[in-house]
Amino acid sequence: MSSRIACHECDLLQIIPALPEKASARCVRCGAVLYRRKPNSINRTLAWTFTGLIFFVLANCLPFLAMKSGGFVQETKLVTGIIQLFKQGLPGVSALVMLTCVIFPLLDMAGTLYVLLPLKLNRAPRGAPRVFRLIQHIRLWGMVEIFMLGILVALVKLAKMAEIIPGLALYSFIALMFAIAAAANNLDSHLIWEKLGRKI
Amino acid sequence: MNPTSLTARKANLVSCHVCHLLSRAATTHCPRCGSSLHQRKVNSIARTWALLIAACICYIPANVLPMTISSTLGSKQTDTIMSGVIYFIHSGSWEIALVIFIASIFVPLIKMFILAFLLISIHFRIRWKPRDRTRLYRLTEAVGRWSMVDVYVVTILVGLVHLGALANVDAGPAAFYFAAVVVITMFAAESFDPRLIWDVMEQ
Ligand SMILES: [Zn+2]
Repeated sequence: MSSRIACHECDLLQIIPALPEKASARCVRCGAVLYRRKPNSINRTLAWTFTGLIFFVLANCLPFLAMKSGGFVQETKLVTGIIQLFKQGLPGVSALVMLTCVIFPLLDMAGTLYVLLPLKLNRAPRGAPRVFRLIQHIRLWGMVEIFMLGILVALVKLAKMAEIIPGLALYSFIALMFAIAAAANNLDSHLIWEKLGRKI
Repeated sequence: MNPTSLTARKANLVSCHVCHLLSRAATTHCPRCGSSLHQRKVNSIARTWALLIAACICYIPANVLPMTISSTLGSKQTDTIMSGVIYFIHSGSWEIALVIFIASIFVPLIKMFILAFLLISIHFRIRWKPRDRTRLYRLTEAVGRWSMVDVYVVTILVGLVHLGALANVDAGPAAFYFAAVVVITMFAAESFDPRLIWDVMEQ
């Protein structure tokens, strides 16, 4: 599978040779990664995306964190903070957190399934190029792993003030983070585009 | 690899920025993925400057205004980003202090400096180390999103510490400006076209 490609960072034309599995091709001029071959890409991406969806549901439904302070117990869900921000007159920030940590990751996973499942069965779903293009843009704005770091920092901050009880949603969220990372790591978009290109 | 020492533009081709398919230069939309085609990102320099200036303006209230307003049993305390860092140093968790300092103060600042430097270097057609300048761009692109961590910390605190008179945390106005800095600098990095660095080398 050798093809001509222009480097997206310096525009140099070059030919990508047939690569062995897991190898990557870099631009000879600027060093940008042009293409990385991923073995068994579609199956692995699908498996991780399904896993991710399950943990996504769990992370959003189960209790997330609870705070115990002087006889009071304050229990929260994942979206509690987002709703609070909205109530306190910061709808923009609230929407941003909602998009980057809930909606975009969900759309990313749903879109991936929509495109990849039919491709596995050698069919191209309606509007697949548009969907795949959209999720490529959206992926940049999914920030589940950064939210995880935020949780860690918040827990350290509160540790001296009150007792924090982690809920099952927290563990689901950690699993979701790994599933999303693994799905992205196994997705070979070059291959998907090539398959989609042949179907048109 | 087979270098042809020819750019797509010189070969009269245009590369799709979404799916990387090469098309003839006059094509307006990519035949494979449907996105609109341009030799270079449209208005890259002007757009990046505008976003960069907007981010610089938001950076000031983001650091001066309070990020959180916490009240415990009647006593009120406002925290800026920097006072949050200092709090963590005093309470002995210097790793967390370092994380917040790097993500919230250092990264946005260095990102704005690097983008300004790249824009200026293109304006004056500087031919100095294009490979390293491309690498700098790649760095700003990869690292910028991590600044969002402080916005998330506020979100979690606000949701969790909500016990009325006993203990309460409210988000301050800086949360808005800080989120704006992160989003705007991410858009700025996206609108910058690193190929402009190399176009100077071609001439
Ligand atoms: Zn290159």
